[in-house]
Parts: sequence; C-alpha cells; structure tokens
Amino acid sequence: MIYLDYSATTPVDPRVVAAMTPYFSESFGNPSSVHRYGQVAEAAVDSAREQVASILNCSADEIIFTSCGSESDNLAVRGAAYAMREKTGAKWILASRAEHPAVTKTLSHLEKYEGFLVEWLDVDSSGMITPEIVSKALCENTAIVSVMYANNEIGTINPIKELAEICSANNILFHTDAVQAAAYLSLDVQSLGVELMSLGAHKFYGPKGVGALYVRKGTPLISHLTGGGQEFSLRAGTQNVPYIVGFAEALKLTNEERAQRVTHVKPLRDQLIGTVLETIPDSQLTGSLESRLPHHASFAFKDVDGNLLLTLLDAAGFACSSGSACKTGNPEPSEVMNAIGLSRDWGLGSLRVTLGIHTTPADVDSFLKVLPEVVEKARKLR
Amino acid sequence: MTKVVVAMSGGVDSSVAAALLKEQGYDVIGMMLRLWSEPGKEESNRCCTPDSMAQARRVAARLDIPFYVIDAKDVFHKTVVQYFLDGYARGETPNPCLICNRQIRWTFLLDHALALGADFMATGHYVRKQTVEGGHQLLRAVDRSKDQAYVLHVLNQEKLARALFPIGDYPKPEIRAIAEKFGLPTASRKDSQDLCFLAGEDYRNFLKRNAAEMLQPGEILTRDGRSVGEHTGLANYTIGQRKGLGLASLVPLYVLGKDSATNSLIVGTQEELGSQQLTARDVNWLSGETPSEPFRAEVKIRYTAKEAEALVIPVEGNQVQVRFDAPQRDITSGQAAVFFQDAIMLGGGIIL
Repeated sequence: MIYLDYSATTPVDPRVVAAMTPYFSESFGNPSSVHRYGQVAEAAVDSAREQVASILNCSADEIIFTSCGSESDNLAVRGAAYAMREKTGAKWILASRAEHPAVTKTLSHLEKYEGFLVEWLDVDSSGMITPEIVSKALCENTAIVSVMYANNEIGTINPIKELAEICSANNILFHTDAVQAAAYLSLDVQSLGVELMSLGAHKFYGPKGVGALYVRKGTPLISHLTGGGQEFSLRAGTQNVPYIVGFAEALKLTNEERAQRVTHVKPLRDQLIGTVLETIPDSQLTGSLESRLPHHASFAFKDVDGNLLLTLLDAAGFACSSGSACKTGNPEPSEVMNAIGLSRDWGLGSLRVTLGIHTTPADVDSFLKVLPEVVEKARKLR
Repeated sequence: MTKVVVAMSGGVDSSVAAALLKEQGYDVIGMMLRLWSEPGKEESNRCCTPDSMAQARRVAARLDIPFYVIDAKDVFHKTVVQYFLDGYARGETPNPCLICNRQIRWTFLLDHALALGADFMATGHYVRKQTVEGGHQLLRAVDRSKDQAYVLHVLNQEKLARALFPIGDYPKPEIRAIAEKFGLPTASRKDSQDLCFLAGEDYRNFLKRNAAEMLQPGEILTRDGRSVGEHTGLANYTIGQRKGLGLASLVPLYVLGKDSATNSLIVGTQEELGSQQLTARDVNWLSGETPSEPFRAEVKIRYTAKEAEALVIPVEGNQVQVRFDAPQRDITSGQAAVFFQDAIMLGGGIIL
C-alpha cells in the first residue's frame, strides 16, 4: 500500500513518540497537583507551551491546548462570538464558504440556537478569499471574521496577513484555521497579525487527540468547556500531558525541518499535477496553482464517481481522498466543490492526493502509471 | 492469490460466506451496495440501512478484509423500481428481486468486482454451483427450506463462471454455528418477502405515493362478464386474493385475473381459481441452450410456492408452455415460473 493522504493524517514521528512515552506511566502526575508528581507534569506542559510559543513568536500564556483542531475552532469562534456580543453587541460573523465543517457547522449552530448572524463569503474560482471580498463585507456590526489559512480539500492558501490587516484596522477579531497549513507554512502570528489561530498535531506528524489555539493577549474570549481553571480558565479539564508534549515536539521538528520537507514534496507534487493533467482527458486542477500548499494536489475528473475512484485506487494499493468521499456510498459534491463553482458532473469526481515525508519518487511514478486506467475504469462503470 | 468480492449485507449468511472464503485462502474483499430508498425512508431500507452497513463494516474488520460501499441509487431506481412500477401499470404482479439479481447484483456489482481485479464474486445465497463438462450448473441448496435458486434463474454461463456460493452446502443451523465460531453476528434478517425499498410498508402505499395515476377505479367482473362491484385500481389486488374485495355474494369470491385493457378485475369462486397451464415469456436457460424437446420438470411459480410436476414445452419466441399434472392455484402474471430437474435449476421465465 502507498499512502497519499497526508492531509487526512500523518504517521507519528518516532522522535515524537519517544518524547511522549515518559509521560504515560513514569511521570504520570496531574499538572494541577501540589506535590512533586504534579510539578513534574506541570513543568512538561509549561515547557511544551513555551516551545510552541517560540515557534509562533508569541508568549506562552497565549497558547491554549485543546483536544484537536476542531475543538480549537469551536473555542475560537464560539468563545469570541459570545465575548464580542457581550462587549460591543456585534453579532455578525463572516466566514468563507470553503471553511472546514469545524467552522461552518459551528457557525450554523450559533446562528440557529444563539441568535448570531452569519454572512458566508463567496470564494473566487480558486477557492480564495481576497482582501476585496472581506473589505466589501465588513460592517460596524461585524464581530469576527474567520478564514482558513489553507484549504483542506483544494490546498489553496489565503492571504491571511492582508485579511487580518483589514480586520484589525476595523477593530474586528480575525480567526484563522491553520490546521492544514501548519505542516508547511510560517506560523509567526506577529507577521500574520491574527487574533486567533487553530492548530492540530496529527497533520504534522504528531498524535491525534491534541490541538492548540493561539489567543492574542487582550482578545475577548469566553470558555465553552467549563470546570477547573486549567489553560488560563479557557479550557477546563486535566491536561493531556503526553499528547501536549507530543504536540510541542512535533511542531518543533516541523519548524526545524520545514524547508527540507518542502524541498522534498514540492517537486513530486508538481510532477504529479503536470502528469495527471497531461495524461487524463477531462481533468482539471482544483484550487490555485500558485497559492497552494506544497504537498497538495487536487483534481476534478468529469463523469467520475469520486467515491468509486477511491475504492478502485485502494484496491490497486493507493490511499487517497476526495471531496465527495463518503463511506456509506451516498456521495454528494462537497461544499468546497460547490463554492468554487464546479458543476455536479465535475464536483462528484474529485480526488485529493497529498504527499509527505515518506513519499518517494517511485511512489509517485507508480501512482501516475495506475491513475489514468483507474479513472477510465471508473468512467466506464458509470 | 485468487481474489473474490463478497456481496455483504451485515447479516449472518453473507458474513459466513466471507469467513468461509477467507478460511479457504481466497483474497477476500467485502462490498455492499447503497440502493435507492424513498427520500426520508433510508433508515428502513431492508438491504442497506446505516445499521446494516455498520454491521457489515464490523464483520469486515473482524475478518480483516477491505470493505467498500458502492453507490447504486440511480441505477437501482432506473431499473428495479421502474420495472416494479411498469409491471403494476401493465396489470402484473412484478417480482423486482429478479431484475435486481440480474441487473444490479450480477451485472452492476459484478462489473465493479471485476474492475477491482476480482476473479469471482460470491453472495450469501442458499444455492450451489456445480461445474460439469460443458459448463456450470446452478443447484438448489442442501437446505431445501432455505433454497434461493428461484431468484437466481436469471444467471447465465458467463455470470455463473464468476459466481461462488459458499453457504449453499450447509443447513442453516450450521451456518449459525460457523458464525459463532468466527465470532460473527448471528442474527439474520427476518425472512421476508418485503421488497427492500418498501421500507416495511405495504406496496400499495408505495404505489399511492409514487404512481397514484395508475390506481384508476374500475369494474369488478365475473368470468361471464357480470359486473359485481367496483375496484380501487388493479394494482391494489393480487391473484388469489379473497379478503378486502368488499363484495357480497353467496360463496367466497377470489381474484382470478386482471384485464388491463378494460381496467377490470376478474373474480370467481375457488373452483375457478386453479389452472392447469401457463405460458412464460423471456425464458432464460442457464445452460445457454434452449431444449429442443418438451421435458418433464418440477415447476415453481413463486418464491414461496411448492414445486409441482409438469411438462415444459419450449415454443416460438423464447417462450414455454407449462402443463401441470394437477391444477395450480394463484398462477400470477409477472412472477417467474422456474424449472428444476432434481437439484438442477434449468431456467425460468416470466408468467404471461
């Protein structure tokens, strides 16, 4: 089997596993405890927080550890929405139509049950939110703008710095979901200028089940997981010490090795995109060619059932993903495919191929050899 | 390694089929079809509820085999549901499971299995396959009470060559024991003639919602043309039906037939119900060759009917005439008549 789905998740780096291991059974203390056991655990969490803060170019008390990227998105969007309404009465939230469900579903929830108003921003055909789109949509009643750093399905990178500048000039909070971006893009929050930024460890060779939220000092935020005073009273619950240690170690390695990882995947990715478009009729790249995550290739094939394509690829030994993937055989084009304006006959036939540190040139070659006939097979079976 | 796709349902039979093949050393892949349900009734589709899908997925995990669900909603609606509606519109009582087996399971799914590189496709049907000189035969299950050869009379040599039926050699209780041995769920779907897309409801409700225009009231006539009442639409009645006719008469009256040309329902007494012959159209011979001579066979005229001795006479136009030794009740247009000699399924056709 060849794994080409690194945007879904990544294998945990053995160095990360090694860093985590002592905190399961050896140094197992509760960071909130007064005794030495607790102190050792607390020190591990503090070091992890400092390590993450140094990579994000912020201070340690601006990092909140959570259970995953989705929880970070929830805390950011809900927490800021409640806090801004309380503070200024503003209740409009702006977000891109191409956001991850962790944001879109949360906003729909806020709209339905909490009386907030959501304006969905149309993306351009590459899935991008441009500064003009945001400028036009802002009003004095806008509380938050949420735009992802890079898109999970089509890899498009948004101009976060420019978007954050506009918001900041209008005293509006800006949140970015950086879960997909973290493995390859700079996370310097000073240069990005964001108030809130969500991360999840398993996209950059860390473990599943741990995430973080950057919260710029002074950003109004109301906790939605209430209880003990952990994480500066913004996220109750005993800290998951080994996973937090793993998060920090994985991010450290990612930061140190980012340049060489990009150098490894990008040429392979470019070869992949070029060859697919050349060899497969009725195919197109989805998303942007230039402003794109370096490990990410995504396509739409006309008149192909994307779900079936994944099945055939899996049987042929390749693990990929799609914007319409559904394990219950009930495919619908994803919101992202609709947002970039793909018609149904194209939108159902999406394929995402994402590379990683273990992807070899031979992997890409053998994939490229098989894909055209698999697409052909899928078309015949329609 | 020989690759085989098993059509799985989450029930005990197909689960055991997969387990047996895996034990026999095949490279096994589980597949399930997402069939069409009426919008809003997906939870009740007998063949592919989210529950049965989750169950099949668990079984596949237990057996450590890949498992895929294939979308067949559109093709199922276009072929099977449409066939069902068309049949009723013609005044027949269609059996959509036959067309499903031919067009969906043994064409659509088989094509997908072959595209995955499979050499064979297996199902949890209680039938057997025997390969003899000159071809493959379909045999009734060892457990005659479970035999499902009736719905598979639509197969041909090409499909039989690709077919495996791992459980037809076992009596049902043994299948349960094997399931237990492998740690598989032992519950079987309630044996039911309900069609999967009826979601447990009476077919009449389905017709009312999906083809109300075919339910035109008309006259109820006796064989000699006497009007005895009014019916609510031919599709609401089945041959042999006694209850629900709403007729007052000295003796019980039964539905004998339907005349769709005049939209009238023909009724009569119990004595008139039997018939000693039938004609079947679109006859499929599993051997691929039409017999040149009349032959004696056991004939089954619906899924649950008992076989009856008869003479089967092939005639022009891919039809047969069947002459029963004794009169048969409830010969129903649209159902299949299938022919056996001992355990061997010879073929069958749709009753005119």
